[in-house]
Amino acid sequence: MKEALTAETISITGHRGDQIEAYLARPHGPGPFGGVVVIHHMPGYDSATKEITRKFAAYGYAALMPNLYHRDAPGASPDDAAATARAKGGVPDERLVGDVGGAAGHLRRLDGSNGMVGVIGYCSGGRQSFLAACSLQLDAAVDCYGAAVMNPMPPGAPQRAPVIDLAKDLSCPLLGLFGADDKFPAPEETAEIAKVLTNLGKPHEFHTFENAGHAFFAVDRPAYRVEAANEGWEKIWDFYGRYLAG
Amino acid sequence: MCTYRTEQIEISGSGKGASGWFPLSDASVYFDHPVHAMAEHTLNIDFRNPAKGPSARVAVELTTASARELARAIEAALASAPAGLLE
Repeated sequence: MKEALTAETISITGHRGDQIEAYLARPHGPGPFGGVVVIHHMPGYDSATKEITRKFAAYGYAALMPNLYHRDAPGASPDDAAATARAKGGVPDERLVGDVGGAAGHLRRLDGSNGMVGVIGYCSGGRQSFLAACSLQLDAAVDCYGAAVMNPMPPGAPQRAPVIDLAKDLSCPLLGLFGADDKFPAPEETAEIAKVLTNLGKPHEFHTFENAGHAFFAVDRPAYRVEAANEGWEKIWDFYGRYLAG
Repeated sequence: MCTYRTEQIEISGSGKGASGWFPLSDASVYFDHPVHAMAEHTLNIDFRNPAKGPSARVAVELTTASARELARAIEAALASAPAGLLE
């Protein structure tokens, strides 16, 4: 663990060349550093996810979280921006991929970068992490309890197309972290995802934690489960240590 | 999980936000993760005026029981209003 870091708000080039806000945290020192693109959850580019971004820097990774709602509500508070983005139908998949690609490129160009970049996303961002890893050339991906990877959304929900059909294009190893008590995705669904990846010969490792449901990493929410979160972080450090730290 | 589903309606009235009163034009109603309420999912309502920007918003996050009770109370209040007052 490096501990010393710098964190700041910057502008990066996202989808279709748009300039969007992003939160960058990077360790002090010359490197070399691996990079991590952090995909925020649906409630937005908030302080809790910025804390996660800083945590990656404390552990030796340059971490960058694009504000996926910047175009919808530039300068607005995260919760107001999330409400505006929601009313507009949410983040289109194509735009998400463009913004993650822009963030990954920014990380690779940083002084001290070792050229390797991973992605991680929580909740809706879990699905988006999977999508990004199947759409971009990345080095490691983490899906934290993303729904609608394998199964369609429940009836009545707007369509967020399952992304499992893109699995053949998965560009990197995938770490899946799930709660045994989660219903979306339920353990049966994540087992099906693992089966598809195995059949395709795609490297992956999935962990399902007992006594944990959806959003168990969220330290400011009642869903937080300290044992699952601590074990989950250990899995992340081990995984990124193997694929991003070279 | 994030439900994504959102009921959107046009409304007319006023709300009081962080900067005082403002006219309302839209409302989003959805059952999803709250920002502040201590529950995994809540019934959320954003009373909004997009023409005045993202911060022109009055937000509430209600537990399922609270939301149902609110819906009942709204209907009861309207039903009890003297005939002729409702437009």
